[in-house]
Amino acid sequence: MNIGWYLTVSALVFSIGAAGVLTRRSPLVILLCLELMLNASNLALIAFSRMWGNGDGQIFAIIVLVVAACEVCIGLGLVVAMFRRRLPIDVDEMRELHG
Amino acid sequence: MAAVFFFIAGIGAIVGAIGVATLPNPFYSVLALVFHLLSLAALFLLLRAEFIAAAQVVVYAGAVMVLYVFVVAYVGAQDEPVRPAGGPGLRVASIVFAGLLAVELLIAILGSGLKGIDGEGAPYEPGFGSPAAIGELLLTRFLFPFEVASFLLLMAAVGAVVLARRRGGLEGSDEEYVHPIPTRVPLGAGTIAEGVGDINPTASLQPSAITAARGVDPDDERERTPAIEERGRPAATPGADRDGGGW
Repeated sequence: MNIGWYLTVSALVFSIGAAGVLTRRSPLVILLCLELMLNASNLALIAFSRMWGNGDGQIFAIIVLVVAACEVCIGLGLVVAMFRRRLPIDVDEMRELHG
Repeated sequence: MAAVFFFIAGIGAIVGAIGVATLPNPFYSVLALVFHLLSLAALFLLLRAEFIAAAQVVVYAGAVMVLYVFVVAYVGAQDEPVRPAGGPGLRVASIVFAGLLAVELLIAILGSGLKGIDGEGAPYEPGFGSPAAIGELLLTRFLFPFEVASFLLLMAAVGAVVLARRRGGLEGSDEEYVHPIPTRVPLGAGTIAEGVGDINPTASLQPSAITAARGVDPDDERERTPAIEERGRPAATPGADRDGGGW
């Protein structure tokens, strides 16, 4: 298969993820859609790595994987903290920064 | 053959992504993301990235998604209310924005004129994408990013613990700790006097001892203390005095 097809799939998944981040209101689902966008970038990186026959893009993808794991860690910690304080799990209601 | 696999996996990835973004229940969104990640791992295999495909399935679709499922179960997987976010106009605008983003990305990719994206990719060595090749790259050329990534993970773990810990301001945690058995610790408990048997701490746990301890007033205690010290000391002090006298 041509590399262009992989990049097309990557672009579509990225756009779907962006649409999800913009339209959903539950922070959990917004985190999931962020994962979609990160994974789309991973697919593009690995496709480019294959295009050049060079392993550097795969290392880049691993680093993205690590950053995504950190983001999940912090994001889920925030959701749990919101739940503990009896705040609504809804980003529309979260307008104030003070605890 | 590769084309068939590509289309199955690619359509699976896109369908999974649409499921994540549209399913109302967060729990089903997580399951759709697992499906998406598995399809994506198949695409990685087609791109000869074996190690990343395995890491994707084990770390992402396994561990991270289990974390998600736990948090969704903890928070409660209720459907989102039907009220659209910020009014229907904003929702339509955001979908239009995402569509325009897709069109722009596709134009950027397919109209870029890169010769490489029309081919199957450059020829590669036999070990391309294997754990050995990835490990060698990570420990030689990309050692510094590797270490920085490990520090990032450490900071994220500490940050998550700080964020999710139970704070003092929560309800129910303001009261002082009240011991279930209202005993007064006998004077001299935890000292040598107890060790040599002058005080019997278990005796004070008997009901009679509790009432006695409650009725005791401070003067009584002050009377008891010298008695303990008088009985406890004589064995130890004479020797100490003798030693001290030499100086």
